[in-house]
Order: sequence, then C-alpha cells, then structure tokens
Amino acid sequence: MSKINLLQAVNSALETAMREDEKCVCFGEDVGHFGGVFRATSHLQEKFGKDRVFNTPLVEQGILGFANGMAANGFKAVAEIQFADYIFPAFDQIVNETAKFRYRSGNEFNVGGLTVRTPYGGGIHGGHYHSQSPEAYFAHTPGLKVVVPRNPHQAKGLLLASIREDNPVIFFEPKRLYRASVGEVPEEDYEIPLGVAEVVEEGTDITLLAWGAQMEIITEAAKLAQEEGISCEVVDLRTIVPWDVETIVNSVKKTGRLIISHEATLTNGFGAEVAATVQEQAFLHLESPILRVCGMDVPYPLSHEAEYIPDASKVFEAIKHSMNY
Amino acid sequence: MSKTIHKPTFISGDALEIPIFKVLKQDGTLYPKAVEPEMSKEFALKIYRDLAFIRVFDERMVSAQRQGRISFYMPCLGEEAASIGSAAALEAKDMVFAQYREQGTLRYRGFSTEQFMDQCFSNERDLGKGRQMPIHYGSNELNYMTISSPLGTQIPQASGYAYSQKLEGNKACTICYFGEGAASEGDFHAGLNMAAVLKCPTIFFCRNNGYAISTPASEQYIGDGIASRGVGYGIKTIRIDGNDLLAVYEATRVAREYAIEHNAPVLIEAMSYRLGAHSTSDDPTGYRSKEEEAKWATKDPVLRYKHWLTKKGWWDDEQENALYAEYREEILAQMKEAEKRPVNKIDDIITDVFDEPSAILESQLADLKSHIRKYPSAYPKTSGRLDS
Repeated sequence: MSKINLLQAVNSALETAMREDEKCVCFGEDVGHFGGVFRATSHLQEKFGKDRVFNTPLVEQGILGFANGMAANGFKAVAEIQFADYIFPAFDQIVNETAKFRYRSGNEFNVGGLTVRTPYGGGIHGGHYHSQSPEAYFAHTPGLKVVVPRNPHQAKGLLLASIREDNPVIFFEPKRLYRASVGEVPEEDYEIPLGVAEVVEEGTDITLLAWGAQMEIITEAAKLAQEEGISCEVVDLRTIVPWDVETIVNSVKKTGRLIISHEATLTNGFGAEVAATVQEQAFLHLESPILRVCGMDVPYPLSHEAEYIPDASKVFEAIKHSMNY
Repeated sequence: MSKTIHKPTFISGDALEIPIFKVLKQDGTLYPKAVEPEMSKEFALKIYRDLAFIRVFDERMVSAQRQGRISFYMPCLGEEAASIGSAAALEAKDMVFAQYREQGTLRYRGFSTEQFMDQCFSNERDLGKGRQMPIHYGSNELNYMTISSPLGTQIPQASGYAYSQKLEGNKACTICYFGEGAASEGDFHAGLNMAAVLKCPTIFFCRNNGYAISTPASEQYIGDGIASRGVGYGIKTIRIDGNDLLAVYEATRVAREYAIEHNAPVLIEAMSYRLGAHSTSDDPTGYRSKEEEAKWATKDPVLRYKHWLTKKGWWDDEQENALYAEYREEILAQMKEAEKRPVNKIDDIITDVFDEPSAILESQLADLKSHIRKYPSAYPKTSGRLDS
C-alpha cells in the first residue's frame, strides 16, 4: 500500500495491464513519449516501446476506428480521448460500430478488448469544452459499458476490470480529482467488479446516489445533514451501464427517500433513468418524490461555474426538502 | 524539406496527372506493352467461375426482391472484376473490410451459396443470426469482417486491424474496400492518414463507379478522383481499370507485396461503372441516361475476361452454358430451402449485446416472452417455439 493520486492509480493500472498482456496497447493524442496532457500514460512508452504506446494524429473518429480495428483482432486497445468533450467526433464509431460489433455479426466478431479512457467533468474553470459529463449519451446505447471511479483505489481496480472485461467500456476519469484525490492504493494487481454499486456510508433516513467526482459533494452534504440529525445512506453507482438496480432499490426500500445528483445537465441525464426505475420498483416504499440535483440545462458556463454546479449546499437543501415533504 | 520560392506560385489542383493501368482490351487481347500476369489455368478458371456465380446470384436475388421474397438487395453488376480480381491476389490470412458491393470477394474466399442465401433470408442458419439487412455478410472463418451500413466506418478500422497484424508479425495485410462516395466521409481522411503515419499494411481499394446513389462523381469531388488524395497523405497510389481483371489482379498483387514488406499502406483507385441500380430501393432512370449505361455495358468486365480465357483455349461456349445452368439450378434450390427455414428463437434478441446478457436484458426478455404467450397470434414467427 502506498498513497498515490488518481492519475498515478490510472498509470499503475495501465502498467499492470500492459505487463500481463503483450496485446494490450495504449494510444491517443500526446500519450506517447510526452505521457499525456495529464500524464496518465507517463513512462509507458519507455517501458513498453513505441509500437505499444503511441501518439496518433489528431482525429478522434480515427482513434476510435483504429481501436475498433485492433480490438476486432483480439487486442486490448486502450484508447485515450483527451477530454470527454471531444469524444463526439467519435460518436458514430462508438455508437454505430463499437456498441453493435458483436450483436450485428452474430458474435462472428467483437471488440470486447476495447477500453476508451477519457477525462470528464467540471470544477476546473474549463468552460464549455473542458467540463462536460457525457455519460448519459452512451448509457442510451446498448452494447457499451460505462464506468466512473471516484478515487484512486477505485480508479485502479475499475480500470483493470474494464480493460480485462470482454466488452467495450467507456471509462470516465474525474479530472478535477486527478491530483486532488489521494489515497491508499495496493501496488499489487486487483479488480473491482463492474455493474456493482457500493454503499459508502450506511444510513436510515434517505439515500443519496451519485458517481465519480460528485461522490465528494454528496458525502459533504451527508455530513451537513448528519449535523441536523439526518442519517444519509451514501451510494456510489460506479458503473452507469449496466447499473446495479438491486442495490439502489434495496437502499430506497430501507430509507424511503432518494436523491440523485450528477454534474451533467438535468434533462435526460442518467438520474432520470434511475428515478423512473426506482419509482417502478419501490413505489410503495417511497415517502417523498425522488429528487434530482443536477447541472442546469445550459452549456457548461465559465464565469458562473460555482452557480451552475450541483454543490453540497444544493444537495443539502434537497435533503431537507425531501425529509420535510 | 521544401524548396524556397520568392513569388506566390500556386500549384494547380490538377497538376498531378495520374495515369490508368490497363492490361486487357475488351476483345480479350493484351495492350501491346502490357505483360500478362502469371496464372495457371486452374487459377484463372476458379476466378471465372466466381465471376459467373456472382452474375447469376445478383440477377436471381434482384428478382427475388421484386417478388417480395427478400426485403432488400444490392447488385454489383459491372464491378465483379474489381472485387474478385483483388481477392485473387490476396492470401486467406489477409483480412477483408468491405463496404457492401463486394460479394465477389466473399465468394472467392469460399462463402457457400447456402451461406449467402441464409443471410439474405435472415433465417436461423445465418451466421449473423438474422439481425442485419440482406447483403451485410460476415465470416470469421474466411477473414471477412461483418459489413455494416454506416459508410466509411470500416476505413480507420482497417488501419487499426492492419496495425495489429504488423505487431503479430505474421506477414498478413488488410484490404479495405469503399466507394468513391464513401471517400467523402471524414473516416476516409482519418483512416488513410493514420495508416500512413502509423505504418499499417493496409490496401485501400476504392471502387470509383461514377455514382453514389444519384450523385455523380462530378458532384462528389472536383480534384483528380480519389487517387490524387493518396499522394497527399504520403501513400503509394495507383489508378487502374476496374473492368480489367488482369490489371486489378496485378496491381493488388504488387500492392500486397509492398504493404507487407514495407509496413505501409497502398491506395488503389479502380475506375468502373455501376451498371445496376444502387439497390433494389433505387431506380437509376431518374438520374442518368440509357445511352450512358449502354456505353458502359460494352465494357463488361466478365465478358472481357471470358474473351481472354477463350483466346487462351481454356474456355468455350459449351462450358459456359453448363456453368450458368448449374448455378441457376443451385441458386434456385438453395433459395427454396433458405426461405423455408425459421428465424432464430426469440432468446437471441438479447444475446451478443454483451458477452453475457445483463440482468436488465434478462428481465426484458422474460417480460417479452410472457407478452408473446398472451398474444401469440401477433407474433407468428416466434410464438410457437418459445420453449423448444
């Protein structure tokens, strides 16, 4: 065990995966000798050579097309998109190709070895194009798994599971926490299973659900609520698709209340899917309406970032509203 | 390193004159300076049988669609030499990424009449489990990547696949087919530039047949075809007569040698003409003349190759008639067999989305099955065999 930050945890996962399998390759814009604009791929080219860790031309649709091709030949292609905001040029390759590869071919071919890593989320004065949280776009596409870690320990374990998983995974890394989140991470190999949510703090009065960097916010809100005598159950979804319906529904059946919080915009955000499912499966247990504390339905603003984000005070306010309903 | 000039001097967009490689004349004789590629009689006749098969198959399947027996079809009339001639120059270990008008390549590799038919009829024997529209073939065994409808997407994929073949070091390459219309997609740019920069043994094979549905090539680009772009990406490039099977074969053979030896891509632009409709959903009389079609019909690639075989004494009318009769009979018999076969069981609606169905998918399937049990007459293809 040693204390490392989230970037170092990603780097450690990549090194572990590349060491065990020579068909594991990393590529994208600036990931080669330079080691990535956030340094997630630092020193990997020195360790594994230019054939396995390399820069690509600046073309996101090409990076995903190339990754699909390599994965179709049984390689573990770990592609980096520099910012999640720039994944959209590759949307066609991901949605029409990656996601449907196995299904459309009757499993003659698949791209199960593909993992797309991409920094997502706000809180860094990134404006429109260095702040977005596009997970809901991908959650609407059958065939993709979507994963978001909340700290270094999660990042390494979930990324290793994602790379080894025989399905394509989009792995969103909370860039606000790249250096800010530091924690104990085992040096050895370990995995955290996909599709399983984690109850981070047990509580009895209300369930708070989030993922990625937003976990820090709802944990802070839970502390504020605690001071008012409200016991919050704090849950990290971790995998957006396929999501752990059972854990969430069981938590809500126990507490009778649910707040979902995400940085992404409210309308059609993944919170809507969770809310609809929970009201279907736990209708008789709900004591107040399910609330969503999310980004506003606007492009991510620069000067009003503090006002836009669903911060702890907004979540705290929603907790009180739910409790007093 | 660029030379320096001191006056603004622009290079013309048509400065590069790309010639067209031809070997065979329409009467089956060689151009005076052309060299006949080395081909055994057996090999040359194997190619001809596949040309003839595709011709008969296309004709029968277009009719089948007209009769409402299948939902959709796309012929490759006039372009048979491009796909079959290039396929003949490859090895079985080479990977094929096709667009959709390359059934000839798949036939050359050994896809059976039964397999073609099962895919077009979406029955339970289809390798693709009946999920995609007709002509979206694929075969892992034959290294023929399953076709998808979105145009150009296979181009950067072919670059990536070839890169992985280079890392494997087994001296194989990837061929990637696409039309001149698809070459306008961003993925064309992405795929060719990546293959050049990352040194991928990929043969990019453009079928320039003059039309993308109703759009003539003159509304697709203004430069010197697709070939001129290859040079801009630093890719070895050749333009060939796509109706000349010997030229297609020879150019692809040399391209393969180069791609594997140098770990570098090659671009082949095969000039041809789409003699048939774009698909069974298209009627070309709305956008081109009968005269134009008639002119190209005189350049028939199958006939040209047959003339060559005949002049060599390897083929005659008796063999010709027997072969066509054999294919007509076989195709008809297989069609009757394929259309009687049922579709896949309903369980396959959720398999292969992931490697294993998720809990959510299992629950949706269970709901669907209980609904079908309640309303069996609304789902005649599946209601009788839910539990078999």
